[in-house]
Amino acid sequence: MSRGRWAGDLAMGARFAFTGGREGWIRALLTGVGVGLGVALLLLTAAVPSILDTRHQREAARQDYLLSPAKIPAADDTVVVAHTDTVWHDQDVRGRLLQPEGAKAPLPPGIDRFPAVGEMYVSPALADLLKSSGTGLLHERLPGKVVGTIGDSGLIGSHELAYYAGSEHLAPLIGKASVERIDHFGDTSDQGSEPLDPVLLLLVLMVFVVLLTPVAIFVATAVRFGGEQRDRRLAALRLIGCDGGMARRIAAGEALAGSVLGLAFGVGFFLAGAQLAGSIELFGISIFPDYLTPSPVLALLVAVAVPATAVLVTLFSLRRVVIEPLGVVRTSGPGRRRLWWRLLLPLLGLLMLAPMIGKGNSGGNFNPYLVSFGVLALLVGITALLPWVVERVVGRLDGGPVSWQLAVRRLQLSSGTAARMVNGIAVAVAGAIALQMLFSGVDADYTKSTGKDPSRTQMEVDLGSATAPDGIAGKLRETRGVRQAVALSETSFAGRPAGTEDTVQIMVGDCTALRELVKISACRDGDVFVSSAAFADPASRKLMTPGHTVWVDPTYSGGTKGVEARWTLPAELGRAQVRKDALRTDLTGLLVTPSALPAKARPSLSSSVYLLLDPKVPESDATEEVRTAALRAAPLANVWTWQSTQRSTRYDTIRTGLFVGAAAVLALIGASLLVSQLEQLRERKKLLSSLIAFGTRRRTLTLSVLWQTTIPITLGLLLAVVVGLTLGGVLMKMTAVPLRVDWPSVLSMTGFGAAIVLAVTLLSLPALLRLMRPDGLRTE
Amino acid sequence: MNAPAAPAGSLLTAEELRKAYGPTLALDGAGFSIHPGEVVAVMGPSGSGKSTLLHCLAGIVPPDSGSIMYAGREMATMNDAERSALRRSEFGFVFQFGQLVPELTCVENVALPLRLNGTSRKEAEKTALDWMRRLEVDDLAKKRPGEVSGGQGQRVAVARSLVTGPRVLFADEPTGALDSLNGERVMELLTDAARSTNAAVVLVTHEARVAAYSDREIVVRDGKSRDMERAV
Amino acid sequence: MSIGHTLLGLLESGPRHGYDLKRAFDEKFGHDRPLHYGQVYSTMSRLLKNGLVEVDGIEAGGGPERKRYAITDAGVTDVERWLATPEKPEEYLQSTLYTKVVLALLTHRNAGDVLDSQRSEHLRSMRILTDRKRHGDLADQLVCDHALFHLEADLRWLELTAARLDKLRAEVAE
Repeated sequence: MSRGRWAGDLAMGARFAFTGGREGWIRALLTGVGVGLGVALLLLTAAVPSILDTRHQREAARQDYLLSPAKIPAADDTVVVAHTDTVWHDQDVRGRLLQPEGAKAPLPPGIDRFPAVGEMYVSPALADLLKSSGTGLLHERLPGKVVGTIGDSGLIGSHELAYYAGSEHLAPLIGKASVERIDHFGDTSDQGSEPLDPVLLLLVLMVFVVLLTPVAIFVATAVRFGGEQRDRRLAALRLIGCDGGMARRIAAGEALAGSVLGLAFGVGFFLAGAQLAGSIELFGISIFPDYLTPSPVLALLVAVAVPATAVLVTLFSLRRVVIEPLGVVRTSGPGRRRLWWRLLLPLLGLLMLAPMIGKGNSGGNFNPYLVSFGVLALLVGITALLPWVVERVVGRLDGGPVSWQLAVRRLQLSSGTAARMVNGIAVAVAGAIALQMLFSGVDADYTKSTGKDPSRTQMEVDLGSATAPDGIAGKLRETRGVRQAVALSETSFAGRPAGTEDTVQIMVGDCTALRELVKISACRDGDVFVSSAAFADPASRKLMTPGHTVWVDPTYSGGTKGVEARWTLPAELGRAQVRKDALRTDLTGLLVTPSALPAKARPSLSSSVYLLLDPKVPESDATEEVRTAALRAAPLANVWTWQSTQRSTRYDTIRTGLFVGAAAVLALIGASLLVSQLEQLRERKKLLSSLIAFGTRRRTLTLSVLWQTTIPITLGLLLAVVVGLTLGGVLMKMTAVPLRVDWPSVLSMTGFGAAIVLAVTLLSLPALLRLMRPDGLRTE
Repeated sequence: MNAPAAPAGSLLTAEELRKAYGPTLALDGAGFSIHPGEVVAVMGPSGSGKSTLLHCLAGIVPPDSGSIMYAGREMATMNDAERSALRRSEFGFVFQFGQLVPELTCVENVALPLRLNGTSRKEAEKTALDWMRRLEVDDLAKKRPGEVSGGQGQRVAVARSLVTGPRVLFADEPTGALDSLNGERVMELLTDAARSTNAAVVLVTHEARVAAYSDREIVVRDGKSRDMERAV
Repeated sequence: MSIGHTLLGLLESGPRHGYDLKRAFDEKFGHDRPLHYGQVYSTMSRLLKNGLVEVDGIEAGGGPERKRYAITDAGVTDVERWLATPEKPEEYLQSTLYTKVVLALLTHRNAGDVLDSQRSEHLRSMRILTDRKRHGDLADQLVCDHALFHLEADLRWLELTAARLDKLRAEVAE
């Protein structure tokens, strides 16, 4: 056979994909949209590395802190930067005060001149936010009027809230708050991002495998749209003299054309999606459309793999089909499906995962290939097992009302088609269940206790050493929504002014403040107490001898010069028992009332004000009031909200990513289910009409359609739960997390699958009702 | 040209039926009447409106205007559920093709109308088998429609149409897809069975030899009907 | 085929001479068997005797018989009755049926009605044959089938003609 004939056959098939009247066009369009959605998702996946990379680069390019401890002297090419980040109703606002020290001072990316004092450049999202109503407190917090916009190059996402404001007296604060002098923006030390730890890597790998496998299955289903019509057409071609090989090549050409159309659609969807992606924000992360650049290699892989898959799937589905001139004969016949080889794939998957059990806790690395292929084999194993399960179970069903009988009989006759329909959902659900289990298991590891007790204090205003706390605590106490505010300052002392490592903590606060830490009965200003939790080592003990002379804020060997304030400890040191619910848990030295400390030592104090909020004021309101008041009183203060636990944000991202991904994949599969459902219904138009003619209730037929989807989906979900739990169990073993089934997530995932079925049935209802109109009987 | 007022003793009478599908006028003042136990052939060229007449008479599609009286009740005022119930219990249907549910076995197909009326499955299939025996297809009970010949399938369909003991049997080109020998056998069985239960048969056909099994015929042309017996 | 009714029908469109009548008949229905003059004259005198036609006038100075005939009301009724009466179903009656259809068209009567009543008559015969067949032995069945198939062929021709009436009307009218 010459190459020309081959091309001719393929081209003829391609023509068939688009000709054939309205039906043909609809089929081509469905295939195109189906494959296109899959391709878009694949391209999105291929763009993920680029998204992460670009965000990382943007972040690195505006880095404005020094990585080395050496300080830079002021020059005409330096700028002093102060970090004034704040939070507005759970949204982070990146704030920077800039004080250029010369004509050659470096500009951060995104702005073309320094804002003058009282001026601000803001990100577009912040500009929009400021224009909205109810942001009065935010306005009060921001130091200046808006004179310009930060360009995209200075932002990591379209929805980032950020500002640069001009300032003039930052230099003296260097080192005291988050204020630094730098001579360039950007991270030039090419250290890259820290590598993902093996468990996180496993999670990321899993998310990709779990999301992409159903997409692949979906693409494979999409290219089979209209399969029965195609078979009939091929039979007609055989009648006019095509041989079997030609018929197969024509079928391949048809599939190829459909998938190429799908590729085009997919690129379209992807580009549209990228534009859309620039305008939305998910989990506090927004991106710019140009971040979505698929890596060329991966994009090429998609462009080659999708058409190749289409052709292979077509040829595979024709494997047991003999296209005769007078019709299509399926040679498989009613032969029963065998179990043994269907079990091979999942077993192989378990076998590949087995050697990695327990690797997680020893800091060992997982072999990413073995993990990926093992999980893949387990998940794809579902698609091999499901037809067998459906056939066996449906074969046993009998009895019940007419709607049930109609559905069961239909499933018995074509259990393979039914199983194929739900394969994707089963795989997606199984993967998602396994992942959810793994997540909930790893949860403990990645949710760290902060050691803070929100019932004692809800907010902390960290003033650093730049601001004295006394006046500020008073101001904050008067702020709406604040019930109590106590100030605590901290420094340290040593037995010598310099060159020592042995230091002891000093915690300074008035009697009220100290009572939040320790149990003391009598307290007057001027008293000094020793904490009951003070270090037991003799060197520290010796330093806390009453009447001893010590130096506050000594100069450490090799460090910056301290204030080295000479201080004679009082003759009497009280003993203070640390409260179990102390505001600070690190009380290892002296507790000092303010007047007991020499005035010379004051500049070394680093202070915080701890706040208890008034439960009568809504917490979010009180929080904003405090942030505003704190920033007005001390522009460089850091305001923290106390929580008992803190979760790794990276873990959170993966988890939400999985949720959204699983939802998207299930919706995608739901769409393909709907398409094949509608196709099936169209083919049965005559039958439906005649059933209606002899008085069948519409409800009966609707129910039978519902059963027809529900039965295979139920079986698919059951199998998915079994496989998902197994996989989840294995993964938990791998990460050495105690085995625990996260039933809520199992239920939510299966519930999601069930919701898809319901939605598909509901959406196909209008078509069903239309087809059930007796007009279907008209032939004239 | 139009049928005269309903003759006494008629089971199903229609007058002045009008029905349009979009711009096409399928029925334009057609009339009809049939007595219990009577076989009436509806003849006419393709596109004349004879199938539409049958669909209207059977309550499958409501006419745009006109009256259809069945056993003293006006069908035009019935809602869809009432008409469906009527079709389930009082009418039987045989079409040219596409009527047997391919997934169900033949006996299940025949039992289907009984099951829709709420008869238990066992009982329904027993009655179904009796009817299949009368139509000489009881040996096909466990086969699926795809496994039987066209003539056999049509006999199964006839058995199904009669299984509820309908008072009117609507047959739309029941032999259209069969050869003459099979077609005649189906017609013989159908008319014999209908006569034995005193059911009226509305037989839409364009074949004279099929129409010859009727007692009289009406002709539909351009949406108008002509009752030949009364016209002569 | 009734020549008398045919000639009467031809007169419905207006009075004609015997000679014209023969020519019109030959043109429309004669095909390969033209009418003899003698036949025309004998038929016309019979119709004259029965009062179905009258002599409208005689052309002077012409040939032997230059009578002009016109149809009477009784004649018109007779034609109508003839058209409405279905032919007894038998083999090879197409020519009669054809004549009836064409005449119906020529006289602006409903040719469809002619076909319908003929079909009805055929069906009556077919019903009798079908009934005989159902209750008879194999020989009966074969004999009846033979007749049934022929009758069916007539009817098919009728249906075909009915379907082509419009075209025929155009041709006849020219």
